[in-house]
Amino acid sequence: MLKILSMKKNQEAAAKKKPKTSAAQIRVQKDLTELDLPSTMETHFPDAADLLNFTLTIRPDEGMYKGGSFKFSFAINTNYPHDPPKVKCTQTIYHPNVDLEGNVCLNILREDWKPVLNLNSVMVGLQYLFLEPNADDPLNKEAAEDLRSRRDQFLQNVKNSMRGGSLKGRQYDNVLA
Amino acid sequence: MSSHESTEQNGSASHDWPDRYHHIDQVLDKPGPRTDPGFAPGAEVKTFLRDTCKILVIGAGGLGCEILANLALTGFKDIHVIDMDTIDISNLNRQFLFRPKDVGNPKAIVAADYIMKRVPGVVVTPYYGKIQDKDDDYYLQFNLVICGLDSVEARRWINATLVNLVDPENPESLKPLIDGGTEGFKGQSRVILPTVTSCYECSLDMLNKPTAFPICTIANTPRLPEHCIEWASVLEWPKVHGEKKMDTDDPEHIGWLYSVAAARAKEFKIEGVTWSLTQGVVKNIIPAIASTNAIIAASCCNEAFKIATSSAAYLNNYFMLIGTDGVYSFTFEHERRPECPVCGGESVDISISREWTVERLIEMLVEKQDIQIKKPSLSTPDKQIYLQAPPQLEAATRPNLEKKVSDLVPEGGEITITASSLPFSLSLKIQYR
Ligand SMILES: [Zn+2]
Repeated sequence: MLKILSMKKNQEAAAKKKPKTSAAQIRVQKDLTELDLPSTMETHFPDAADLLNFTLTIRPDEGMYKGGSFKFSFAINTNYPHDPPKVKCTQTIYHPNVDLEGNVCLNILREDWKPVLNLNSVMVGLQYLFLEPNADDPLNKEAAEDLRSRRDQFLQNVKNSMRGGSLKGRQYDNVLA
Repeated sequence: MSSHESTEQNGSASHDWPDRYHHIDQVLDKPGPRTDPGFAPGAEVKTFLRDTCKILVIGAGGLGCEILANLALTGFKDIHVIDMDTIDISNLNRQFLFRPKDVGNPKAIVAADYIMKRVPGVVVTPYYGKIQDKDDDYYLQFNLVICGLDSVEARRWINATLVNLVDPENPESLKPLIDGGTEGFKGQSRVILPTVTSCYECSLDMLNKPTAFPICTIANTPRLPEHCIEWASVLEWPKVHGEKKMDTDDPEHIGWLYSVAAARAKEFKIEGVTWSLTQGVVKNIIPAIASTNAIIAASCCNEAFKIATSSAAYLNNYFMLIGTDGVYSFTFEHERRPECPVCGGESVDISISREWTVERLIEMLVEKQDIQIKKPSLSTPDKQIYLQAPPQLEAATRPNLEKKVSDLVPEGGEITITASSLPFSLSLKIQYR
């Protein structure tokens, strides 16, 4: 049997033994304690002992969604960061990239997720959706169509929906902070 | 019971007919030009391989069947195998230890029986269950571990477990891990010497991710049958079933997804949504190619043989095979990542008074010249001790600052420290004086 143990590299290497804290757990701790969020974003943990489930509130201070308070749930599984966090908007909002079930179209949450990305990148990406809603990747097609071809109407719809109004018979949640 | 006793009970000696190992012995009876200087040819190495060496195979699927057969025929005689799955009819085209009558039975048990029947003198000990069911003592009994898994999560678990097992005081605790993996025509095998070479976690960001389609494409502009299936599973399932979790092993759930996906495909005039594609997409199954499995398993077993016998230089440390266009292979040394959360970082033993508070410990970490951590966050494997941020978690853990470390961490317990000034993390092993 190979005598790895007599290899000279070993002594130094073996001293670097690690604890049983899982890689996912360490990584989440690192991501959360090093979050660098602007004052427009805030996390909330329903259970402070559970770092894997929390909400993020985004309050844009500019752009057409200014004045709103938008809530997202984050669920991280034990295969993080191989798997991206699962993120959903918990309110019914009028936004081209968020559907009425709260699904979010943000590339780094799905097809472009990489383990080198972190929770900070996801949160910054979400905030960006409120500053620059994107009509090219629609999840709410009507909203995207309005944004593309009837911008004034779109702005009006955003304002109306944020107050809890209804559009085309669909009631939106009041998100005014 | 030692392997030696168990093989004798099975009367293996009589099964080793003359010249059974003629070809293998060409390698073990004399050194070659590239043989490790530590190699001692002759009886001793053969006895080790055939009577002493205990090897664990994780996974008895596509790769596992090949690995078990190769090991048994190479002369390993004390083989253990773990697999949590039962045999599905779709396995039979390539998992050649199984027959139609075995469908529904545990892979580990059927595979073990088949190998023992076919290769006299080999003892294969199956365990039908999860690798996570077993503790450190179980893994410590083996000389080598070979993995033929299709799950990233299970690999991360066994990798972390074997890295954690390494005890500098006990040379036997370092278990070489040979990891094989295949995806269609691509595959890789690698030799991981826990804490010495790069580990599985070190290379996590090299992995091919399962194909994910942009959610807006799924929602609006489906072009492929896969888009329709993803639409059914990602968007329609939660909409219709709410909190109810989808079970990809439940035929009723797959049936529902299939009919929803088929209806959508019809609407968009897309062809090709089938039951088996639906199952494949939601379970992330990439078609398994028998020949890729055979090549990768051969490479893994070759490494196991070389490591167990020192008869030739082993792989350092990553072999990749790309069979999509012709046959291309490439071998390279994957380097350890200093910031790897499993094998990187540092472990420091410290001895503190039982009276020390968490705050006192943090002051020490900040002041200590050789550590110099700014704003450390501390946790144990099961709880947070003190987190610097976000504000809510800082407030929730602040009361711990006044508590004694000895009330939160047992003697010999470990504290994981993260801080932006650390490449990844530091682990402190606490002793009380
Ligand atoms: Zn590593």
